[in-house]
Amino acid sequence: MSERRPLLEAQGLVKRYGQVVALDGADFELYPGEILAIIGDNGAGKSTLIKALSGALQPDAGEIRLDGDPVHFRSPRDARRAGIETVYQDLAVSPALDIAANIFLGREARRRGPLGLLVRVLDKRAMRREAARHFAELKIGVQSMAQPVENLSGGQRQGVAVARAAKWAQRLAIMDEPTAALGVKETRQVLDLIRRVRDRGLPVILISHDMPHVFELADRIQIMRLGRRVAVVTPHTHTMPEAVAIMTGATQSEVDRTLVKDEPSEDT
Amino acid sequence: MSTADTTSAEQPRPTPLELLRKIATAPAVGPLIALILTMAFFSLKSEQFLQTQNLSLVLQQVMVVGVLAIGQTFVILTAGIDLSCGTVMAFGQIVMTKLAVSSGVPPLQALLLGILACVGFGMLNGSLVAGLRLPAFIVTLGTLNIAFALTHIVSNDLTFSELPSELLFFGRTFSVAGADFTYGVVVMLALYALAWFGLTQTAWGRHVYAVGDNPEAARLTGINTNRVLFSVYALAGLTYGIAALLLVGRTELGDPNAGQTTENLDAITAVVLGGTSLFGGRGTVIGTLIGAVIVGVFRNGLTLIGVEVIYQYLVTGILVILAVAVDQLTHRRRL
Repeated sequence: MSERRPLLEAQGLVKRYGQVVALDGADFELYPGEILAIIGDNGAGKSTLIKALSGALQPDAGEIRLDGDPVHFRSPRDARRAGIETVYQDLAVSPALDIAANIFLGREARRRGPLGLLVRVLDKRAMRREAARHFAELKIGVQSMAQPVENLSGGQRQGVAVARAAKWAQRLAIMDEPTAALGVKETRQVLDLIRRVRDRGLPVILISHDMPHVFELADRIQIMRLGRRVAVVTPHTHTMPEAVAIMTGATQSEVDRTLVKDEPSEDT
Repeated sequence: MSTADTTSAEQPRPTPLELLRKIATAPAVGPLIALILTMAFFSLKSEQFLQTQNLSLVLQQVMVVGVLAIGQTFVILTAGIDLSCGTVMAFGQIVMTKLAVSSGVPPLQALLLGILACVGFGMLNGSLVAGLRLPAFIVTLGTLNIAFALTHIVSNDLTFSELPSELLFFGRTFSVAGADFTYGVVVMLALYALAWFGLTQTAWGRHVYAVGDNPEAARLTGINTNRVLFSVYALAGLTYGIAALLLVGRTELGDPNAGQTTENLDAITAVVLGGTSLFGGRGTVIGTLIGAVIVGVFRNGLTLIGVEVIYQYLVTGILVILAVAVDQLTHRRRL
């Protein structure tokens, strides 16, 4: 287990905005098949870290490696090409388009032959069939792939966004506060879905404010503070209050003790 | 998103009731009902209205606005607006007629250059809206005035007549079953078929809807939203150029005062009456075609029952506001 190589890792990431240091030498590792949660107070650097990993911004210093090879994402498009998909909290779907269209948006299946090649004629049947198959596999129940996304509940809409990420992510998916805009029941549905995505073998980076959800879902938890990673804990080794204490800097000794524990534990 | 396994790989066959509901909520049904009611009204008021000759005249009158409205539909689907469509068409019309009549340019080349002038304006609109991210309303208000000024500067306020036959072809008529159709009407219908195909059957069309619906989501899925916007305005320019050609065929003139108010407002009215939302992302060209016919029926019908032209402006003004109000109310209900 200890020989397992991180799928995605970062070392010494620095990002400054004028006088403000958003990332101050942050490290990061994601291992195959896990849900890694990133928690931290506001301004701890979790969104900046995520943006660096998803190509939304370029760090001033430090290195990001994917499968051991250094990568330099200049845009989210670069990250997507490398197999990293991101789900955003604010329901980044197109409400007037149907479910299948949303799943394939920007990556439409085209008809075979010259029409598909030259004028990009859509193969709608193939897209609906494939979307329905994908939804069945993820156990997302919706009546028809042809219904507009605006007819769905908030949880179902976010389900479409997660399903899209799961469909196209070849390496890993980043979920940036995916349930922040949802109610209790809908949050439950999306969390279950994220777990199913992980169970199918796709590693997930989960950013969340909600401690109970983090402790329920995550295999490992990276705690950020003042632009650095201060600890990596697991739901088995630490309690929620302990994690919060590290997050807020209440127990520095705790930090020093846990910082060395970087490998995923046996039971993940 | 229950974990029920209701999703089978095959779509279930719709029952007759579902099919009926689907038809009733199809996007172009509202405009179609409006068209039928309008026609019923005018056929009660005027005996002439429903005669074949009059109806084919309506189509001939609709062809210019109808083609302008195709480009306008593209633009409005992206949540933009093109106020310059009428004056850009007027400019294209002056370019092609002046070049052909007084500059000795071969007619076909003159015609192409006139269309290209419109495409150029479309590309200018597109690069300002997509590249500099300026609001479409202001950009096209600017190009409206630029095209207006250029039309009068280039034409020297002269009207060009005695045009070569190549420029008049699309105003010529042929008869089918006692009704006269211009070749321009055929061009218009062909363009609608093409626009329908592009919007509903290609990736480009889907991206146009996506950019109008939620530009941020479109960008995040990797769609080059700037390129989509640019293509939309450039293609709109192309349709204005073709509309210019049809206008010349119909009026047999290059008239610097053409297309400035009536066509401009009518094209936008046609799009909105056709059910395309000014908020972007929703609408069909089939609806726009019906909308254009509604506008044509109104103008024709009001003339038949003896309403003066100035009151026709009044009616279309009210019509466009009503249509926008309906759009706004349905949009609010969706939120």
